[in-house]
This record gives sequence, C-alpha cells and structure tokens, in this order.
Amino acid sequence: MNLARAYHGASAATGPLLYVPRTHRAAAGEWVVIRAPGQPARRGQVIDAGEEITVVQVLDQTLGLAPAKAEITLTGDIARAVVGRELLGRALDGVGRPLDGLPAPVGEALRPVWGAPMNPTRRARPADFIETGISAIDGLATLVRGQKLPVFSGPGLPGLEIAAEIVERARTPRGEPFAVVFVGVGITERETREFLRRLEQSGGAERTVMFLNQARDPAIERLLAPRFALAAAEFLAFERGIHVLAVIADMVHYCETLREIGAARDEMPGRRGYPGYMYTDLASLYERAGIVAGREGSLTEIPIVTMPEDDITHPIPDLTGYITEGQVVLSRELHQRGIDPPIDVLPSLSRLMNSGIGEGRTVREHRKWADQLYALYARGQETKLVAAIVGEAGLSAADKRARDFAERFERELVGQGRTPRRLRETIEIGWRLLEALPREDLLRIDEATWRARKERT
Amino acid sequence: MTARVVRVTGSLVEARPMRESALFDLVRVGARGLLGEIVRLQGEVATIQVYEETAGLAVGEPVRSTGAALEAELGPGLLGSILDGVGRPLARVADQEGDFVLPGAEAVTLDPDRRFAFEATVQPGARVTGGDVVGLVEERPGFLHPILVPPRVSGIVAEVSSGSFGARDVVAALDDGQALTLAHRWPVREPRPVAEWLRGDRPFVTGQRVLDFLFPVAEGGSVALPGGFGTGKTVIEHSLAKWADADVVVFIGCGERGNEIADVLAELPALLDPRTGRSLIERAILVVNTSNMPVAAREASVQLGLTIAEYYRDLGQRVAVLADSLSRWAEALRELGARLGEMPGEEGYPTTLSDRIGKVFERAGRARVRGAPERQGAVTFIGALSPPGGDFSEPVTQAALRVAGTLWALDPALARQRHFPAVDWATSHSLHAEATAQWFVENTAEDWPELRRETSSLLRRDAELREVTALVGVEALQESDRLVLEAARIVREIVLSQSSFDPNDARSPVMKTHRLAALAIAFHRQGLAALERGTAFARLPIGELRQTMVRMRSAPDDALDELALHANALIDSMGREAEPEKEAAQ
Repeated sequence: MNLARAYHGASAATGPLLYVPRTHRAAAGEWVVIRAPGQPARRGQVIDAGEEITVVQVLDQTLGLAPAKAEITLTGDIARAVVGRELLGRALDGVGRPLDGLPAPVGEALRPVWGAPMNPTRRARPADFIETGISAIDGLATLVRGQKLPVFSGPGLPGLEIAAEIVERARTPRGEPFAVVFVGVGITERETREFLRRLEQSGGAERTVMFLNQARDPAIERLLAPRFALAAAEFLAFERGIHVLAVIADMVHYCETLREIGAARDEMPGRRGYPGYMYTDLASLYERAGIVAGREGSLTEIPIVTMPEDDITHPIPDLTGYITEGQVVLSRELHQRGIDPPIDVLPSLSRLMNSGIGEGRTVREHRKWADQLYALYARGQETKLVAAIVGEAGLSAADKRARDFAERFERELVGQGRTPRRLRETIEIGWRLLEALPREDLLRIDEATWRARKERT
Repeated sequence: MTARVVRVTGSLVEARPMRESALFDLVRVGARGLLGEIVRLQGEVATIQVYEETAGLAVGEPVRSTGAALEAELGPGLLGSILDGVGRPLARVADQEGDFVLPGAEAVTLDPDRRFAFEATVQPGARVTGGDVVGLVEERPGFLHPILVPPRVSGIVAEVSSGSFGARDVVAALDDGQALTLAHRWPVREPRPVAEWLRGDRPFVTGQRVLDFLFPVAEGGSVALPGGFGTGKTVIEHSLAKWADADVVVFIGCGERGNEIADVLAELPALLDPRTGRSLIERAILVVNTSNMPVAAREASVQLGLTIAEYYRDLGQRVAVLADSLSRWAEALRELGARLGEMPGEEGYPTTLSDRIGKVFERAGRARVRGAPERQGAVTFIGALSPPGGDFSEPVTQAALRVAGTLWALDPALARQRHFPAVDWATSHSLHAEATAQWFVENTAEDWPELRRETSSLLRRDAELREVTALVGVEALQESDRLVLEAARIVREIVLSQSSFDPNDARSPVMKTHRLAALAIAFHRQGLAALERGTAFARLPIGELRQTMVRMRSAPDDALDELALHANALIDSMGREAEPEKEAAQ
C-alpha cells in the first residue's frame, strides 16, 4: 500500500460520511485519521475510493466537525487490531483503547480487523462437547467447540445472564487453555457491570478480554467492536492454541447501526429497512467461529439476539438463524411461570449436536434419550392446546400422560434454577421422567437402549 | 496504455481505458491480480465485478483483461475436487496461501501434475465434430471418462496418440491445425448445446421415502426446495448428495456455512456408494463459496456448478446438481444490482430476477447429447431456497416455483415435531408422478400408483379429521374415522419420516418404501373391513403393528422379510379374529 497522505478540507459531509476531493491512490478500506482544530482525532475508513471523490466513513461522532477545516490523513494502511495474550484480563473500548486505566496493550502482533475467510477445506469438524451446566442445552441442544450458537432472548428475558452462566462454567474437559472474549455492543452500564461482577466472582476475569461499546458510546463504533474482538479471539485461538468462547451482546444494536449507516449512504433498504447485505455482513462475524485442522485452539461464538417483540421471524434473528448452527430460544411464557432458565426446548436446536454426543463424548444413548424427551414434550405441549378447547374429557389416556410429562419436564429438567448440573445428572433426570411412563409411550427408545438402561439401574 | 483503477466501491471497480474489452471479459485487477468480470462498459470506463476481497485495492493500480469470459476447465480429474466459486481448487489454494483465503490466488482447476492413460478410439482420417468421442481415460477406478471434441469444433483427425497425458496435453490434432487436449474450456454462463431434449420418464431416485413415493422428480427435472431455518434443508441436500441414485453429484454450497462443508468433507469419503461400493467422494464435485467469502463469486458458483454438470451429462452421465442456497445467489444479484445503481424491482431484487432464475432451472434436462457414439445424459437440479421468515410469498421462492416442475416444501411445524424430512405433503407437488409411474411399477409392484393415490387421500382425510378432533376430541369420532387417524399416523410417522442418522434408514430403496407404504394401506383397508365385521376398535393390534413397522424401518435389509411377514400376519389377523365373534353373535 501507500505512504500516508494528508488533505485539507472535505468538500461535503452527510451524517457519518465525508467526501474528500482529488485524493491520491486512495484504497478501499484504507484507515483514515481526521483532525479538526481543538477536537480529539477521529478515525474513519475509505468506503468508496475514487480519483475525483473519495468517501470516508467516520467512525466517531461527527457532531461539531466542520468539513472544510478538517485535516484528513489517508494512513496507507487498513484497520488493524493489537492482538495477543497480553489482552487477557483487560477491558478495552470498541476499538481497543484501554478502559481500565492501564496503559494501552502492546500486544504480540497487529492483525487486520476484517480478517479473512477460513478456507473451507482447512476447517476441522467441530466435535468436542462443551458442558455448560444447563440441562436444556447440554441435554437437548448440545454446544460443541467451534460452533456458533446464539441465544435468542427477548426484552426483559435473561439472555445475557445465560451467556454469563455458560462463560462461568464452560471449562475445558482436559484442562486445555481457555479464554473468554466478551464484546458489549450498545449494552447498558448495568448489564456490563453485572456481567463483570459475575466474571470476577467466578475467578474468570484474568482469562477474559472485554471489548465494550456501551449504549452511550458512538453508535458507529458498534460495527468495529465485534471485529476488533474477533481479530483478538482468532489470534488467541488459531495462533496461540487457546479454546476461546466469544460472547457478543447484543446483535440487535449492531444491526441497528448497520441500518443507520445504510440510510446515511442512501442505500436501497431491504426488509424492515435493514440493508440487503445484512446476511453477508452478519456472516462475516459469525463465520469466524470454527476450528482449523491441525491447530490446537478453537473459536466458539455465542451471540445474544434480543428479538424485537419476541418475533423470531424479525430479520435479525431470522438471518442469524440462517447462518448460525442452531439457536437457544428463551420463552416469555416460561419466564412468567417462573421456570428458570426459561429455555423453550422446542424451537431450540444445535445443528452440531450429533457430532458432539454419543459414546466416548457424552453418553451412548444421548441421541435417542433427547429425541424421546423432545417428542413427548412436543406432544404434551400440543395436548395442552387441544385440552384448552375440548376439555379434559376429549383427551386419550396417552395424551394425558404426555401433558403431565410436559409439566414435569419443564419443572424438573429445564427449570433447574441457577445451580449447575453435570451432564450425568441431566441424563439421569431425563431417564427418571421417561421411566414414569409405560414402555409403549417410548417408541423412540429402541429395545437395546432400553435393556441397557434396565441393566444399569 | 495500461488500464488503471479509477474507483473502488465494495466489490465493484471502475477502470480506464478499457475501450477494447468486451462485456463479461475476465480481468485481473490490481497488483495482486484479483479476479473480476466486466459487467458494464461506458466509453473508456469499464465497471468490473470483482470475485475477491477488494480491501486494500487502491486507485491507480493496473488492470489487465484476459480477453475471454469466465470459463470452466472441463476434463478428467474433476471428480472428488472442491472448487471455489470461480473454479480454483481450494485444497491447492490452501497449500499456497495457508488456512485462510487471501485474494489473488492462482490455481488452475485441474491438477497439472496428474496424468491419465489415454486410449484413442478414433483413427487419423476420421471426420469428427463437437461431442464426438476421440478416446477414453479412466478418471477414477471404474469410471471411464470419454474425451470429447469440444462443442463447435470439427474437422478431420490428422494425428492422434494413445499414452500418458496431463489434462492440458495435446492428444490429437485436426487437419486445420486445431489441437485437442484432454480438457477443454467453456464459458460458464453459456449452456452447453445438446442434440435433442428428451422427456424424462425415469425417476431420480432419492432414497427418501416421502420424495420417491409422493413427490417424485424425473431425471432431468428440477426441484424447488424452500424452507425456513431449522426445517432441515441442508440435511436433505446432504442426504441426496449421499444416497440419491446418480452417476455424478455436483454440490454447490452457495453462501452457506463453512462447518457444513467440513461436515460433507468428513462424511463423503467415509461412505460407500451402495451401487459401486466405492467412496461417495469419488462421484462428487463440490463448488464452495461460504457466506463469508466474496459475494460476487456466489453468483458465479452456481453457473460454474451447472457447467460442470452439463459437461458430465455430455459424457453420458446422470448428474444431480444440489444448490444450497439459491436465495443467497439471488441476494448476491441484488447486492450487485444495487451497487450498479440498477432500478430495483420487487423487494430490491433486480427486475431480471425471475428471468435469471428461470435460466438456472432450465439448465436441467435429459438429453440425447451431441456426438458419436450416441448417448444420453441428464442433469437433475435441486435448488434449496431460504425464504426470509420462512414466508414462501417472497420473490425468489415465487420465481423458482414458476419454473420448477417439483416443489418439496419444508414445514416448520413438522420440523418442530422432529418429523424429518419435514416435507409438507399438503403443499408440495410434483408434475413428474405420472411420467415416472411406469418405472416404479416395473421396479416395485403393480400397485405403486394405486398406493400413492390412496396414501394421498388418506393424508387429506387425516388433515380434515385432525381439525375436527381439535374441536371435539378423538373420543367423539366414529371408529372408521379413528382408524383413518391411526393409519395416517403410521403413514406420517413411519412411512414418510425417515432418520438420516440411522445407518439402516438413511437410504430407503424403493422396494422398502413400497413395503412400508403397502403395509400402512393394507392396515387401513383390512382394519375397515374388520370394523365392519364387528371387531372392536380397541382390539385392533395397532400398537404391535406400529412397533413392528418401526423396527422394519431401522432393520438391515436382510431382516426385512421376517418383520414384514410378522406385520402382514398381524394385519391378516384383524380379518380373521372377527369371524368367531360374529358367529357367536349370530
């Protein structure tokens, strides 16, 4: 690339965009520094490089910026993040500046924040079970290393708390190095503090790096925070052999900023005003999860999506669900009934579950056990609806059993409260629920599995 | 004068002067030589759609036109390869660049170091024309790959030599000096010509009961496969890649998940083709452009996959193309259209969307291909769609439905019940059922069409009754209606649902499909007769029959006979046990 070039004055400014005339060899994605008299330096990026006009997207507040007086420096480099093990234990802002009063990290290397797609032929298939201590997840929507599994929450539902629990408990089974990257995107001070407090209590603070862009920080930085964080996470995972769990909260704020920028650029809006490229943009974050064949570490992502109006078909959860490998869905109804954690098992899913469970990983009968619980719970839930219309009398005996099963399942298996459970406990509770039913209700448990269970107990 | 970049915005680049170039010429952009394609020419300025990440590309960098359109390299050695959207083999790209994809990689599709034993089948002096076979190589053990005269080439063979050659080596020369190599190139956006299109009357056997039995697609047909997230599109595509009856499978991963590709790559080599006994990867070609790889190449990936499929069709093979997902392909069109400032149509998609989707589906077909010796081939196309919010009324799904002969609609309600494949029998349809009926009769039994009709009407009646039951409860139904519910439940839960994770159930041969369907229908027919003769509903051996059929579903092939015998005995007993009761009553 080029050396730095400085220009005096932009010809126009709209929202976060500056139009700089007659730049020399501007490059797409080039990092820009904007200085104005008496104001702190702002950062920006070239989004449209041209001979006549180059468009710079400013990544800080543009309030009070006079385009004619600005000094605009094209740095000759693209955005890079400081990465390294030294970041662990630190709290940084959305673009990597310290928030904890300590000096800026020097790091081990600089890496482009935009990253590069993993060559699909070099991906290793994720297959290592991560025990979260949450029965509904470990049992029925199992998380594996290298997966991207979002939590679909709703306003007022404990999405972030569940993420915090997973972070607190998720340990590596054989004591391999483990780290957490937490990205706060547009979340409140209270949420941030709560997350931090829990992390400190669990003694995990020193293996955690935090990138915080809070609600009061510039919105535009929200597009960068997850990328700075993922650049750091990728380095720890793929170059330092650490198993990294990245939590991004909340993707809704991220997408809203994306929409805001799209509007400022006069782009054609897609569904509900979100840009048509939102799928691709989200993929550039989510797809960074994975495992590289022949390298030690892994990058697992748990994005939090607070579904507007609890609507799973809203573009943000919808596009997220199309990219991620399943989802954990929280239910307002369960929450109101005091089932904690309020995980709705029916729409929750882990697409990578099958490769992470079974003999040698969890328990041999895991798949059939989960299928049977799921099928009975689904039938029980359906029966509750029917019963609301036809009354008790219209139900068959098997329907009634399924309904009662569903009640117990929610209370005893899902609603575990805040005490973590080992997987073995979860499996045992599930079996006890199943064994309360006659064998004929358990068609998904084959003879061999049934006999093996009987012999063990 | 060297052309130079004058503007870079996202994946579009403007360069000048490019007056000499043609639309769709392939260009190398910038110092790193990023691959791109000219999509607009205005005076001196060419607008280039770049297939690779443009970050860091600067105004003033050089641009070089190759003078040819984006082409596929077609020849022996394609089987088993994994290509990016523009035809670079990803494994060799990784060898050059490492674990992450960087722009500007130079890697030709066919491995330059691989050699094939070529055996000429024509003599000097022979007159040849496009599509004629000039010799054979063994591409994979047991897979003979004819070497074709490229379409539009003809002449008299001046020289031809058998021996060991690489894909780009000359094996024959024509009298006008044209050289024939093992591989040739073909522009990806241009369908390869055929001699004559044929009607498809042989089914594309998927090994999935609900598809083969209720919604069959003919070889050479096309299918739209829409489904919201979590409805199991990808699992169906993967099942087809593994178990569908095809000589060659082209899998196009377009804008989808990287870990899924890792899954395919882990599974295919380990599975054996039930017909040939060889690893399934040996019949597969993967074109992969994951969601985080450059958008422009998504568009090209579908065209590349189809071109490769047409080439194998021209060799006389039955090819299946599985594209996951066409919605991401259409979104790439939308994104590029928006950047080009085109006037948008419905939901921002280009106004040409429906035409372009039509052209993709129309590349499927069964044909007598060009050249001698005479041979036939087929391309069957299955396009998965990812409608936003699972709503099929959106433009991409609608455009696909207009051109596809078959619809396999995936239903979130079925998926939530873990009924897989979650193909909704109420909304799916097939225009190929009649044309393919004869084949099924010949390969299963005479009553296949009748079973199919009866099953469809049983499912319709079941849907009506379940609505009623939701209001009045099951106890209020007549016994014959309760029998319908039970028979339909067997059809739904045992015949139509299938476990792709159960090694004995993942692929259902048509005979097994027929057996299970026939049992369900026999149960309904004979159950009805038994009820009429006075047997009490509660005495029908429903539980035991279900258990037997569930066991049949996951039984190895050699255990099927015994279980079927038992199931049949149960069904027959329903007729018999009623007799003494009746006599006693008299």
